[in-house]
Amino acid sequence: MTRAELRTNEPTIADRAYRIRRNALRMGEVQGQGYIAQALDIADVLAVAYFHAMRYRPEDPAWEERDRFLLSNGHYAIALYAALIEAGIVPEAELETYGSDESRLPMSGMASYTPGMEMSGGSLGLGLSIAVGMCLGLKRKGSDSRVFTLFSDGELDEGSKWEAMMSAAHYGLDNLVAIVDVNNQQADGPSKQMMGFEPLADKIRAFGWFVQRIDGNDLDAVVAAFDAAKNHEGARPRMIIADTLMGKGVPFLERRERNHFMRVDQHEWQLALQALEHGRRA
Amino acid sequence: MKTANNTMTTGSAGKPRLTTSAMIASIAAEGQRTKPAPFGNALVELARERHDIVGMTADLGKYTDLHVFAKEFPDRYYQMGMAEQLLFGAASGIAAEGFTPFVTTYAVFAARRAYDFIHQTIAEEDRNVKIACALPGLTSGYGPSHQAAEDLALFRAMPNMTVIDPCDALEIEQAVPAMASHQGPVYMRLLRGQVPLVLDEYGYKFELGKAKLLRDGADVLFVSSGLLTMRALEAARQLEADKIRAAVLHVPTIKPLDTEAIVEACRKPGRLVVVAENHTVIGGLGEAVASALMRARVHPAFQHIGLPDEFLAAGALPTLHDRYGISTEAICTAVKSWR
Repeated sequence: MTRAELRTNEPTIADRAYRIRRNALRMGEVQGQGYIAQALDIADVLAVAYFHAMRYRPEDPAWEERDRFLLSNGHYAIALYAALIEAGIVPEAELETYGSDESRLPMSGMASYTPGMEMSGGSLGLGLSIAVGMCLGLKRKGSDSRVFTLFSDGELDEGSKWEAMMSAAHYGLDNLVAIVDVNNQQADGPSKQMMGFEPLADKIRAFGWFVQRIDGNDLDAVVAAFDAAKNHEGARPRMIIADTLMGKGVPFLERRERNHFMRVDQHEWQLALQALEHGRRA
Repeated sequence: MKTANNTMTTGSAGKPRLTTSAMIASIAAEGQRTKPAPFGNALVELARERHDIVGMTADLGKYTDLHVFAKEFPDRYYQMGMAEQLLFGAASGIAAEGFTPFVTTYAVFAARRAYDFIHQTIAEEDRNVKIACALPGLTSGYGPSHQAAEDLALFRAMPNMTVIDPCDALEIEQAVPAMASHQGPVYMRLLRGQVPLVLDEYGYKFELGKAKLLRDGADVLFVSSGLLTMRALEAARQLEADKIRAAVLHVPTIKPLDTEAIVEACRKPGRLVVVAENHTVIGGLGEAVASALMRARVHPAFQHIGLPDEFLAAGALPTLHDRYGISTEAICTAVKSWR
């Protein structure tokens, strides 16, 4: 096989996003439930993070020179596991154990359980503060590794998020890339109705960040945003506000009544996998 | 008892009335031997050799003696603003990168405001974070906002957390390197400013996890920690006048508890066991000792000196310590009534 052929056979970022969604659906089926709609909405962002932006070694998740990824919204663990499996950090066989006793893939992500999981989330609002400390530590060490952290729009209600935003700008943390998933859905209902946070980009910009707002399900836009976050020259932390569609890639789930914890009937998982496959070919 | 920092005014009845001391007032009694800023100075000394040590605070550097460290190592000092949740989350992050942060604030803010951050980002992840908190128990006259009467109960209940309640300046100096050598999170109750110096007279050496018998006596056994060990030692001396011979077992490590030494000391027949702590009677040293004795089937006569289960008053510390039974005089009175 020639080099050109090898390159052609390499999965595209779109392939990666598809497989992350497929892995997530397969895990959802194991539990018969899960935060599947969120996993589907954030798959594109994770595909770009793990297959375009971040530096890591699958065989050595604790490699000192890796970029760190902090999952603040621990209930998105199903999505991150799907990405870690695709990245070769977690073996695909473990997918069948998701959320089961003795599994390394608990329903809510914890650092002590899973290779590649850098923090214990779940109690919402923690990640950005940890990220600030990691970024300070990396700068102390003279490391050029970066810290990526994902959090949900509901977490914007937590005061700690704003404490952390203020401090990240104060310390000029240009090694920090935060991504907020604006899917406009939190536990009690539409996020913007629970506690209004708009105009979000203006607010975070006023806090001293380099802010981009994008369609988080437009892969080209996501790639461009991660590139711009990397190439920006200001000594400022970077925020990517990703507007996403819950259930993205599975039309009948995209249309389903919005729910934080989406009910999917047992027979629907295979239908969802088929719909995902169908959408990919179309 | 009167502290050096309390001033007198004259009340309406013409009776001298103590005023609430400044927030950073020393807990030392007038004329008592003290050492300045033992925590800050010990940390500076240790940090000269341990380059992994950094200092972090939330707008309380001056009030926790961390300013001594900040002055010596300005580039290793992180001011996180008045934001305790951020403080402890960031401490977890910097520890994850291999540093050993010594983190200071007031005990109320660590134990109450930032509890979940310490629980999840530090204890659950077993991060190597050292927490040193001023104004533990009843060491402020500012009322419940600054009185951490329940900090030991809260941190004892947190898995992975080591909990230390030092008595004096000597012990704090020795506890700082011991905390740094221990792998994992530690919570230490901090006495700051001019801190009483007591334990040097007893040839004392702090060992993490070890209780130490400071004096022996056949009638009463005080089992105490922190500030109340100092009081127990004073009470033991005063009780000699009433022909009551009191022993003092100092238990600076609240968790893990030196159950063996405690049970052994309490097993001696004929002694009234009095647990004394600068903490609410709920969930602190008293209940820990009682439960250890029950499990060991050792059942001495048992009493417990601690703060009542109520929101404590504002006022001058000596007045409050008298009122709530943790002054030397109050302890002597109580022990005599139980004998």
